[in-house]
Amino acid sequence: MIQLEHVSKTYQQGVPALNDVNIKIEQGEFVFVMGKSGSGKSTLIKLLLKELEPTEGEITINGQNLSAVTHKNIPYFRRNIGVVFQNFRLLQDRNVYENVAFAMKVVEASTKEIKRKVPLMLSLVGLAAKYKSLPRQLSGGEQQRVAIARALVNEPKILLADEPTGNLDNTNAWEIMHLLEEINERGTTVVVVTHNSEIVRKMDKRVITIKKGVVVHDGKWGDTHEV
Amino acid sequence: MTGNGVIHMKFSTFWYNVGQGLKNIWRNKLFSLASIATMSACIFLFGVFYALGVNFTEMVHSAEEGVAVIVYFNPGVTQEQMDAVGEEIGKRAEVASYDFITAEEAWESFKKDYFEGREEMAEGFANDNPLANSAHYEIYLNDVSMQQTLVDYLEGLEGVREVHQSELAAKTLSDFNSLIGYIFVGVIIILIAVAVFLINNTVTVGISVRKEEIAIMKLIGAKDNFVRAPFIVEGVFIGLIGSIIPLALLFFLYQAIVNYVAERFQFIGNLVSFIPVTDVFVVLIPVSLLLGVGIGYIGSRMTLKKHLKV
Ligand SMILES: Nc1ncnc2c1ncn2[C@@H]1O[C@H](COP(=O)(O)OP(=O)(O)OP(=O)(O)O)[C@@H](O)[C@H]1O
Ligand SMILES: [Mg+2]
Repeated sequence: MIQLEHVSKTYQQGVPALNDVNIKIEQGEFVFVMGKSGSGKSTLIKLLLKELEPTEGEITINGQNLSAVTHKNIPYFRRNIGVVFQNFRLLQDRNVYENVAFAMKVVEASTKEIKRKVPLMLSLVGLAAKYKSLPRQLSGGEQQRVAIARALVNEPKILLADEPTGNLDNTNAWEIMHLLEEINERGTTVVVVTHNSEIVRKMDKRVITIKKGVVVHDGKWGDTHEV
Repeated sequence: MTGNGVIHMKFSTFWYNVGQGLKNIWRNKLFSLASIATMSACIFLFGVFYALGVNFTEMVHSAEEGVAVIVYFNPGVTQEQMDAVGEEIGKRAEVASYDFITAEEAWESFKKDYFEGREEMAEGFANDNPLANSAHYEIYLNDVSMQQTLVDYLEGLEGVREVHQSELAAKTLSDFNSLIGYIFVGVIIILIAVAVFLINNTVTVGISVRKEEIAIMKLIGAKDNFVRAPFIVEGVFIGLIGSIIPLALLFFLYQAIVNYVAERFQFIGNLVSFIPVTDVFVVLIPVSLLLGVGIGYIGSRMTLKKHLKV
């Protein structure tokens, strides 16, 4: 469960990037976050990862108040959250297999576990055959699949995706969205930041719309909407 | 799981980070090489200093164990006058024993020490003892603290030209020793600073090359030590290589010099005796390794503190 209560974030003396945000997302939900460029979507993601501290308000994730998570415990906290980005952020000098295995090495999983889980994860995202390819030998859609595999291999309860289809054509974007939906159906909470209103409309999930740091809509697309 | 040191890591994690650290060095060859070279120079000088130091100390020590005081006479002093001085010496309480060495004996002994195996070189002097005025008394003391008193007394005697005391030689030697010491320590400190600076640079470059990787690691949930470990490995490894190279070099050099001196300068073989190579290196190896690895570790730790906000 993710809960934000009266959360505001102001970067050094600027206008608030987020202003009195109240959001509650239950375990297993699929939520889109929409909003124009600069509305504060990435700021929201960074707050949830404790990359940033809120200027005001409380954030609770899986019953844990983020302000109570010490520096030393941040790594353990983050292991419950997977994250993917618009530009994939894969390690360019390592192949598909190594990129996914990397996430497990980082959390100090055993070699045996790594050998067992990475192939499973790669077949889940449909890339088992290309495990030896380097990122630059893959299409954008394929690279994002690798990134998703990397985000999920440690079995986080929550997956955050910041414009995962921003660099992809329509076909690839849909494939990624279907993959995220499939992952959500397996029980993972999925939060997707996107600009693609066509996809959002067709998928008919909960949409949170942010405008200049303020939540202006929270519900199904069909409910009175304005972006 | 909350251990806060490389030591507490799992084996697989440890080796992964060692691999990453070596990869850092390889990716950053030029800086790594410069660091290793400086470190090597530093340890090499340290080793030279140490080897010289222990040998000097040993020489000074054996010099002190030898003749305490030597009395030389003015030219033309008769044997009777010298005998009289000898009697006076014999009366002193602090004198344990004394020997009279004639000019001929002095020359024979000198020839033996310096021209051994090449007596023909000394033949030219056969009828003209170069040490004609070198008849002297060698005095051994039973109370070294009385040496100065004895010297003062002897200098006041009729016919005495010069009184040598080994303390003087010893003091000169140790003065020289400490001068070299200061120079070496100064140079070593400068080199340590340069080594730390270069390791700083190397690790800083490593961090900036791996910036994205580090950011991703942190997002995935890497512990601080996991992020730091490859850079620590990098510094420590540079220190390790940077001490093994000069140690090997010093080892062969030391042996070569000892052998060379023993062969070429047989005649001073009795005066200068080197400390065996094993005795020197039993101390030098651990100290140098510690120094190298320590500098590498501290250098990278400093850099991480400055450039890697985890
Ligand atoms: N590190 C920062 N320092 C100062 N201001 C920032 C920083 N990051 C973001 N901002 C500002 O905060 C506001 C929200 O930025 P944010 O990145 O959250 O927007 P976004 O909704 O993700 O936009 P986009 O769709 O372009 O990614 C913007 O006005 C931005 O300029
Ligand atoms: Mg953004």
